[in-house]
Amino acid sequence: MSQSQKIVVNNLFKIFGPTPEKAMKLLNQGLSKDEIFKRTGNNVGVQDASFSINEGEIFVVMGLSGSGKSTLVRMLNRLIKPTSGEVIINGKDITKLSDRELINMRRSEMSMVFQSFALLPHLNVIDNVCFGLELSKIEKNKRYERGLKALEQVGLAQYANSMPDELSGGMRQRVGLARALAVDPQILLMDEAFSALDPLIRSEMQDELLELQAKHKRTIVFISHDLDEAIKLGDRIAIMEGGKIVQIGTAEEILKNPANDYVRAFFKGVDPTSILTAGDLIRKDTHVTIIRHPGDGPRVALQRLISYDKDYGYVLDKERRFVGVISADRLKEEMDREGDTNLLDAILEKIEPVNINEPMQNILELITKTNIPIPVVDDENRFKGVISRNSFLKSLYSSKVEMGAENV
Amino acid sequence: MFDKKVIPLDKWVQNGIDYVVENYREVFQTIKLPIEKTLEGLDWLFNVVNPVVMIILFALVTLKISGKKLSVFTTISLIFIGLLGLWSEAMTTLAMITASVLFCVIVGIPLGIISGKSDKFENMLKPVLDAMQTTPAFVYLIPVVMLFSIGTVSGVIATIVFALPPIVRLTSLGIRQVDKELVEAGIAFGATSWQLLVKVQIPQALPTIMAGLNQTIMMALSMVVIAALIGSGGLGEPVFQGLNNLDIGLAFIGGISIVLLAIVLDRVSQNISKKK
Repeated sequence: MSQSQKIVVNNLFKIFGPTPEKAMKLLNQGLSKDEIFKRTGNNVGVQDASFSINEGEIFVVMGLSGSGKSTLVRMLNRLIKPTSGEVIINGKDITKLSDRELINMRRSEMSMVFQSFALLPHLNVIDNVCFGLELSKIEKNKRYERGLKALEQVGLAQYANSMPDELSGGMRQRVGLARALAVDPQILLMDEAFSALDPLIRSEMQDELLELQAKHKRTIVFISHDLDEAIKLGDRIAIMEGGKIVQIGTAEEILKNPANDYVRAFFKGVDPTSILTAGDLIRKDTHVTIIRHPGDGPRVALQRLISYDKDYGYVLDKERRFVGVISADRLKEEMDREGDTNLLDAILEKIEPVNINEPMQNILELITKTNIPIPVVDDENRFKGVISRNSFLKSLYSSKVEMGAENV
Repeated sequence: MFDKKVIPLDKWVQNGIDYVVENYREVFQTIKLPIEKTLEGLDWLFNVVNPVVMIILFALVTLKISGKKLSVFTTISLIFIGLLGLWSEAMTTLAMITASVLFCVIVGIPLGIISGKSDKFENMLKPVLDAMQTTPAFVYLIPVVMLFSIGTVSGVIATIVFALPPIVRLTSLGIRQVDKELVEAGIAFGATSWQLLVKVQIPQALPTIMAGLNQTIMMALSMVVIAALIGSGGLGEPVFQGLNNLDIGLAFIGGISIVLLAIVLDRVSQNISKKK
């Protein structure tokens, strides 16, 4: 375990209703949620949830309404008291904290962003942002200083004295986010934070959240019912159904290997190009690598291309860093020229490599424009392979089949 | 089948009240004390101030809270009441209403808050409030007089009994109506239950609480005439006397003064809640 675990949840249950103990007993006997409701009138909110969230990770909990995701996140700061199980945050089991300890934890370690923003309408923006600090009885000047800093982070410093009802939905949620950031928490709980916003603003807010996260890593638990959002934000995704967590993994893992039909149905409408990255499309068998030695001439390179029956070759340096693409035609031209011939002169100019983490979506245009297989490199510019038009179409087809979309 | 009385509840109540009056008179005199002192103070204050000063004061207050229109209306109304020869009665009524509303607020808002937070408490309180609102005033007027003796203070106490329920009910409603996510936000950011109440729930419930205050004031006004029955004086007195002596004119001027006062108080208290 290389990363430290920030939040660990063990066998967490929440049962709403008059006799939770009775329902727990029936649950342990293996009865279903519906049966338990029929027999006892208790509603199983969350059933045996266990997972851990790493420090600095965005963990998305996804599910339809009624799947228990909002209940789950509310048990993390104990807005809802679990019926049984453990929630360990920074090594402390918060289900066992006293009221005072709980309040202190909420004030300093975690804050929350709400779906309908939950700004106090009688306070102006800066007082809303400073709400958490005010509860901790931080002195006014200091409070405003920190509040303004948080407002700057979301780009709303000039609205400090406005009232919430003067702002648009997107701006209000920025204030909500600033309020959560003002206490400088290690953990952010975001309950459908962007669901009430229209799609364009939502996408903008997602980008902003990712930017904030890039600058300052926090552990974020993000509740969503929107798969695109989950894929965009989530380092890992947990999918909930009927109070149970049915699968946890990266978007790619879940897409490639859905745990059951519910998960599969969830991913049905997804555009695979938004999940698969360049790395997934690399075809190892199609490329020709030419290691460039000092003094290697075009002749040697051409020889290799001819012997593998390829039109294009990829020039790398000694550390396998990508240098450029050469074509057989250009090499021949180069050799016909008089004087000193150099391999580097034969490099085709217009071929830029793509990063291995680039989503498939963004490569689409590149692929359609050229018939040269596109080189893929990692963050250090090291050559990882190529994507040809062929391999692109193939993986597109197979991922559609995987998702059961072949009947459509 | 019910031609014979089986439960002599009337006797029990009679005996009960007699017993309480005989043995616990001092307790009730102690309860009476703060109300009596407040009322005396207010009555003295309102009556000692020169009517002209009082009218100007009223004009300014209404101007500030509700604007020009009401200010003009208030000035004319008060001058009119003065010219009818009922100035002192009007001030006594005002003092009684102020005193009873004050105690309604002091008792009612905390009760409303508790009942807004606890279903159990609300379920217990509800029938009591129903009884306070629906029991004909004449039923408790006599026991009140027996316990607190005749006069203005008894009038105020009877008024409190009648006027308390709206502010309790609407405070409770206001607290219950606060957006659930706002309460969650308060808790999530580490509010203690006191902080939650003061910084989230009461500010959000304030418009509803003020509507309750407005209702309480109006109900207090409607008790003025009935309270006059037990000798509390004020604007109810001319109405009562007019009825007794078939002096329709006297009853009328008392009545219209009450109406004018009611309109002024209603508009002012409504506008306070709107401002917030």
